[in-house]
Amino acid sequence: MNAINFLSNLAMPLIILLIVIYGLFQKIKVFDLFLDGAKEGIQILISIFPTLIGLFVAIGALRSSGILDFIINLLSPILNIFNFPTEIMPLALIRPISGSGSIAVATDIMKTYGVDSNIGLMSAIIMGSTETTIYTIAVYSSSVGIKNTRFVLYASLLADLIGILVSVLVVSIFF
Amino acid sequence: MLNMVWPIFIIVSFVYAIFMGNIDNLNNSIFSSTQEAINLSITLLGTMSLWSGIMKIASKTSLIQNFTKILNPVINILFPEIKEDIQIKNAISMNIIANILGLGNAATPLGLRAMKLMQEKNVEKKTLTNSMATLIVLNTASIQIIPTTVIAIRSLLESENPTKIIFPVWIATICSAIAGILATKFFIKIGK
Repeated sequence: MNAINFLSNLAMPLIILLIVIYGLFQKIKVFDLFLDGAKEGIQILISIFPTLIGLFVAIGALRSSGILDFIINLLSPILNIFNFPTEIMPLALIRPISGSGSIAVATDIMKTYGVDSNIGLMSAIIMGSTETTIYTIAVYSSSVGIKNTRFVLYASLLADLIGILVSVLVVSIFF
Repeated sequence: MLNMVWPIFIIVSFVYAIFMGNIDNLNNSIFSSTQEAINLSITLLGTMSLWSGIMKIASKTSLIQNFTKILNPVINILFPEIKEDIQIKNAISMNIIANILGLGNAATPLGLRAMKLMQEKNVEKKTLTNSMATLIVLNTASIQIIPTTVIAIRSLLESENPTKIIFPVWIATICSAIAGILATKFFIKIGK
């Protein structure tokens, strides 16, 4: 645990250090370049900011209105047929749309069912193996003004679905 | 996509809240959501500027080229249309490296940089190219060696062994990434 902590804390400083030293060795004006790049970073943020506001309000509404819970209740009989643990359904539904929401839901599930229980392990593995899909697609495409994202939503949601199913399967096999 | 998804989210949840008498909750969430978006943006402003600056330095050194050489076979399979555009290749390989190392804060700015470079070559400015679509799907797959956030939550909740999930996470991530890539290749092939 400590070694892993140490390594993950080391990664970011090490990369910055390596790049700065490399730049100095190759006689590059490192700080001037840094400033140029940082300005571009601000531009990128400005172009995604409106998307963030719009998306967050819509996702907040989904959670606070209670419709998510309603959908989960609706789906649970079907899932019971397939022996899919309904306890992790809230997480599976919220994972693609909200990062902070899914952390809250996952933490809640781990607390309720026990962090080392099968359900707790499943939700941890789901969190580790999937991303906030809709947010990622929105940010990446709106940063360059793309309107037509073609098939990306379907491909990503399929990847999420497979990730969730494998997470459930892996726990039943390994633990 | 958002022209379709966004109104659905709004209409479904607003109508549901009105009928179920949940309008107080909804009303509060509208304000707290904008606040959340601002908080995230301020955090992003910092990391975005920092990593764009660091990458600008890196792009003038030969360091990234060396990384890119290692990843070259993978990038060639995933992004056949980039060919020899070294700038785009560098940006994509830095994004992949940041993802693998679990540097979520760095991965997004680096990925958006790659998007910007690819958009310059894009003929239809409003539509994703095949390579852009692949990059997004790859980024939604969350490929990382150490899932730091989950491990942190698990140790916070006093798990007996917080890192026990690392290997299972690898299996799930790899399966999900492969599914995403195969689906992407399939959609491109049938001309979607």
